[in-house]
Amino acid sequence: MPDVIPENSAGLVTPSVYHFDEPLTLRSGKVLSAYDLVVETYGELNADKTNAILICHALSGDHHAAGYHSLEDRKPGWWDHCIGPGKPIDTALFHVVCLNNLGGCGGSTGPVTVNPETGRPFGPDFPVVTVRDWVNSQKRLADRLGIKKWAAVIGGSLGGMQVLRWAISYPDSLHSAIAIAAAPKLSAQNIAFNEVARQSITSDPDFHEGRYIERDTYPKKGLTLARMVGHITYLSDSGMRSKFGQGGVIAGVSEGIEGNSDNTNFGRDLRAGKLSFGFDVDFQVESYLHYQGERFSKNFDANTYLLMTKALDYFDPSVDYDGELSHAFAGNRKPGVRDCKFLIMSFSSDWRFPPERSREIVDVLLHAGREVSYLQITADQGHDAFLLPIPRYARALTTFLQQVHREVVECAPTSK
Amino acid sequence: MRPDLEIIQEWIKADSRVLDLGCGDGSLLDYLKKSRNIVDIGLEIDSDNIEKCLARGVNVIEQNLNEGLTNFQSESFDTVVLTQTLQAVRFPDILVEEMLRIGRNCIVTFPNFGNWKSRLYLSARGRMPVSRFMPYQWYNTPNIHFCTVKDFDNLCHERSIEILCRTVVNSRHQGNWYMKAWPNLLGEIAIYHITRG
Repeated sequence: MPDVIPENSAGLVTPSVYHFDEPLTLRSGKVLSAYDLVVETYGELNADKTNAILICHALSGDHHAAGYHSLEDRKPGWWDHCIGPGKPIDTALFHVVCLNNLGGCGGSTGPVTVNPETGRPFGPDFPVVTVRDWVNSQKRLADRLGIKKWAAVIGGSLGGMQVLRWAISYPDSLHSAIAIAAAPKLSAQNIAFNEVARQSITSDPDFHEGRYIERDTYPKKGLTLARMVGHITYLSDSGMRSKFGQGGVIAGVSEGIEGNSDNTNFGRDLRAGKLSFGFDVDFQVESYLHYQGERFSKNFDANTYLLMTKALDYFDPSVDYDGELSHAFAGNRKPGVRDCKFLIMSFSSDWRFPPERSREIVDVLLHAGREVSYLQITADQGHDAFLLPIPRYARALTTFLQQVHREVVECAPTSK
Repeated sequence: MRPDLEIIQEWIKADSRVLDLGCGDGSLLDYLKKSRNIVDIGLEIDSDNIEKCLARGVNVIEQNLNEGLTNFQSESFDTVVLTQTLQAVRFPDILVEEMLRIGRNCIVTFPNFGNWKSRLYLSARGRMPVSRFMPYQWYNTPNIHFCTVKDFDNLCHERSIEILCRTVVNSRHQGNWYMKAWPNLLGEIAIYHITRG
């Protein structure tokens, strides 16, 4: 909880709910007859409505990207260091929009919402939603807000996939696309990790086939385990060594092993200073994962977790183009109109969506003849780096977006 | 405007696609964008330069030329440019071949080691030339493959590379009739416009 809201914070924010009555046909063929989207905005929309940025959230994110809901909040929004006045996504220049995606558990229509047809929560009946469905719903939100063209659509990880989908489905509706730590589609290894997460949730006795809310319980163990596995894939080996090796050589000494030269002890810090010779938590890393997993399980819906991992697994825009993704980005050219430009960024120690996966996106865009910039940021924090204040990463975002602002607001509006 | 850029831009068609290998701070691409309305892509590895490109709105990809250009499709650019970088790459001949594969035509500039100053420095002092223009010692220079105008002519001949135009200038990028007459002796910077013959 902040004593005073910092000056470069988006400040106190209140989410709004937008109701949509027009049925949304999903990729699966199922139809959502009506739905709500919960939305937060930061910064002023200009009169021409040209300075709007859409933020797409990742697996466990929501609409609360920046600022505080109240002074009692323990933490600000999930991307607060990046969004605010004077921050990389500068709310003094831009009007920033972030929503909770369909199927989420932050207030938009999802498994925890009461299904009007049955009078009970959707739970497992909530249809499987895909990245494409989200982007279609986001487009309707843009139409509602009167935003014809986003100055930028930005997202990391699963959010980056939504960015790519925007550029494919609505090429005329964005000036720039920023996809961070993303991939053109998941690998077998990625899907395998997701399946372990799903199995741990669905095999929890408290899952009750997804109907746990009506029984006033939730699959705490399963969701905790899912998050623990997920969390490991967000970190890197070297990052974990330094994160859990701060306390020096205690574990090494008791084991008769000397700490390594950078004194990070392979991240083997003990929780209680000595080994228990039992099967309880011995190492800091175990305790950390338990804590993170449990905290997450209290605040997140298990059915939503299942949906989000499926959306990841199913993402592959090349399926509509005979497996040739570059065609997806080449097919929408209009003479005299400059297509959106891309900024792709990756992190050196990310092994969930490593730099090579971002390079695949870059190469596809080059093949399609698109304007693209690419940075590989050296960072120790693994996939999580996209959420963290890393100087070179922050500077690149700042610089790129300031130029976007010059192009769409200050030098507007030519035929560009 | 740097005179060598002035010369280069004459060879760039309006509305074409230009790839600049080792694009530095993006000034050439920025200039071509404004003067020729090109679609630009630059490759660069220095993070400060990359940021300067982003600040100008120049598209820049963090990519090391020594790791190859296999990710670029054949004939995907109208012009591929390599300014003052040929001598710093590990396999200059392969890079030139790759440039000719990717671009319909290519522009290469490099410091001419056949210049009389280099010859005099080496013959009089018996040591590798060091100048204000090339201020490195032999052990710390990034320039690992020096060549002369004659050498490059020879490479083009061997590889059936067609020289559309060749010009030389001094280190202030000025040229004159006697440099044209004795390019390998008097030119400090060589500028080639080449294509696959």
